[in-house]
Amino acid sequence: MTPSKSPASRTAAGGKTSGKAGAKSADKTVAKTDAKPDPKVSEKAAAKSGTKSAASKANSPSSTENRKALHTSLLHTMLLQRRFEERTAEMYAIGKIGGFCHLYIGQEAVSTGFISLLRDDDYIITTYRDHGQALARGMTPRAVMAELFGRVDGCVGGKGGSMHLFDKSLGFLGGHGIVGGHIPIAAGVGFAIKYRGGDQVIVCFMGEAAVNNGAFHEALNMAALWKLPCLFVIENNRYGMGTAVERASAINDIYKRGASYDMPRDVVDGQDVFAVRAAAEEAIARARTESMPTLLEIRTYRFMGHSMSDAVSGTYRTKEELEKYLKRDPILLLRSQMEENGDLSEAEWTAMDEEIKAVVQDSIDFAENSPEPALETLYEHVLVDTTSD
Amino acid sequence: MAVITYREALNQALREEMARDDRVFLMGEEVAVYQGAYKVSKGLLQEFGEMRVVDTPITELGFAGVGVGAAMVGLRPIIEFMTWNFSLLALDQVVNAAAKMLYMTNGQFPMPMVFRGPNGSALQLAAQHSQAWESWLAHIPGLKVVVPGTPYDAKGLLKAAIRDDNPVCFLEGEMLYNTKGEVPDEEYVIPLGKADLKREGDHCSLITHGKMVLVALQAAEQLAKEGIQCDVVDLRTVRPMDVDAIVASVKKTNRAVVVEEGWEICGVGAQVVDYVQRNCFDYLDAPVLRVHQADTPMPYAKAIEKAAKPDVPKTIAAVKKVLYIDD
Repeated sequence: MTPSKSPASRTAAGGKTSGKAGAKSADKTVAKTDAKPDPKVSEKAAAKSGTKSAASKANSPSSTENRKALHTSLLHTMLLQRRFEERTAEMYAIGKIGGFCHLYIGQEAVSTGFISLLRDDDYIITTYRDHGQALARGMTPRAVMAELFGRVDGCVGGKGGSMHLFDKSLGFLGGHGIVGGHIPIAAGVGFAIKYRGGDQVIVCFMGEAAVNNGAFHEALNMAALWKLPCLFVIENNRYGMGTAVERASAINDIYKRGASYDMPRDVVDGQDVFAVRAAAEEAIARARTESMPTLLEIRTYRFMGHSMSDAVSGTYRTKEELEKYLKRDPILLLRSQMEENGDLSEAEWTAMDEEIKAVVQDSIDFAENSPEPALETLYEHVLVDTTSD
Repeated sequence: MAVITYREALNQALREEMARDDRVFLMGEEVAVYQGAYKVSKGLLQEFGEMRVVDTPITELGFAGVGVGAAMVGLRPIIEFMTWNFSLLALDQVVNAAAKMLYMTNGQFPMPMVFRGPNGSALQLAAQHSQAWESWLAHIPGLKVVVPGTPYDAKGLLKAAIRDDNPVCFLEGEMLYNTKGEVPDEEYVIPLGKADLKREGDHCSLITHGKMVLVALQAAEQLAKEGIQCDVVDLRTVRPMDVDAIVASVKKTNRAVVVEEGWEICGVGAQVVDYVQRNCFDYLDAPVLRVHQADTPMPYAKAIEKAAKPDVPKTIAAVKKVLYIDD
């Protein structure tokens, strides 16, 4: 491997920090202080909110029918995550689900935007807030719900629970519980892709609080140094548990961290699935064809508490703030756009919603009827008996 | 049989296994261009190239995690720590990722990888560079922990560790790299989890591993001159531990001394003593004694450093004590 080229002569300073996700991310600018354009930093961040993002190839289907099919598919994926987690919260409240349980509600455009553009042989790795990505990748609601219930038909047989969803056949590499710990693992998957000469990519999702962890820096340094095909996707939902980003990070524009590693970087409106897709498309192409990593800060918002034991608002954030962000619900935004385009009738919406609710109910019924793991499984899979002989 | 150093034995094991399986790669600080901080990887870069012998930044947590990720998707990494002292920065990856991945994925993701490097004290390296970590690692379900004491064992066990589909922590003796021993010319692999009876005697069992194997053998040699014959049981692997070998020896000798390089509290020897009391209670003619590092950080100055370390005289004294022999 050869180290990356010397750092670009970029001197651009970031614009005024808005420190706000969603609608406010459009305020953010990447100001240039020199005339040379720097390909490492997109100036399209502002443009990626709203209609201009439709200029992206991934968002520009060749016909009205194709547009409707694509948008319907994206809406379906997002709504499945939403309805699934609404029922998850309910099941948690009545004691069907135990342990820690972190909901993704409000962030569905991020999982959907990235994963909708991946190939089957690409990889995904994420944190303990993993239900949304698992469903977006195609893990069945049954397999996820049964895992939350701690049953044998769960994706890991009841060994992992909410925080540790895995499915090798989907390239879904978890489900990791230590903040920052999975980021070097993502670099390792990128290393393996390069080692084999493949053209897959790995998308590594993380929260914005992880960027203050040493593992983040160690991993990004190696990924940039060795040119690994990794997408480091920061889902900036404003809070690391109850600590606001401004109280945890010396730099509030998280994407600027990429400058330390001379890594292409961007900031994106995470409530707009098309903005996410436009950024994802560019980063995936960079990884696939150039074997180069990208750091993307996706500004989003968590509509629920940090975990099921955390109140939705009241301590570290106000009800007013929450209500402001709720107006930019990614599902409502997509629904509105589809309605404006004439791609979604009231009847079609209702039919989709009812179909998804039935699927989620089926997953609950399935989980209820799935057996608990037999006691002897306690000792299974501590070690394997095999060798490469 | 050729007589080679422990270092050369490890180098042969790495070379043979990398030639055998192109999924095996070596990654760590100074393993490539510098040829290894202890020259264990000498010549490997030239033979296998920069994709398979990879110099890293000083970033233990990071490159241990790279190993985990590569293992998740089917490669067989060998992650070298320049010393196990530095591995503490990487323990999240060793303990929270590598050791648990198979279990928490319900068997979907085996971790065929080796973490290796020198362990224990050398000479006058002081507190932060003089620690033996095997008891920490042996505590963790999901890991195997190998601690070879001779060139023969080092080669055969490293080959087994690389072929094993589990995460293996391979702790080499920093002071053993220059020691010599006979190593067969033909290929051999030593199964993990099997102890080796390095010397036979009826009077007392010396149960040990790693660098202390040489100490125990020297103590046994000197004791033999006084007519005291010791079994020297080299555990070779401390997780899984060969309980049968321990029990067989103690049932024969009725007395035991456990010698280890690390500290006393919750040490490997504590576990050995537990196996002995559970399995050999009616066979014991004396309490089992332990020889270990003093319960202090390692000092720099020669005299107190020597006083801190387990050694041959301390081992001889312990054996005599379990035999109720007054000097």
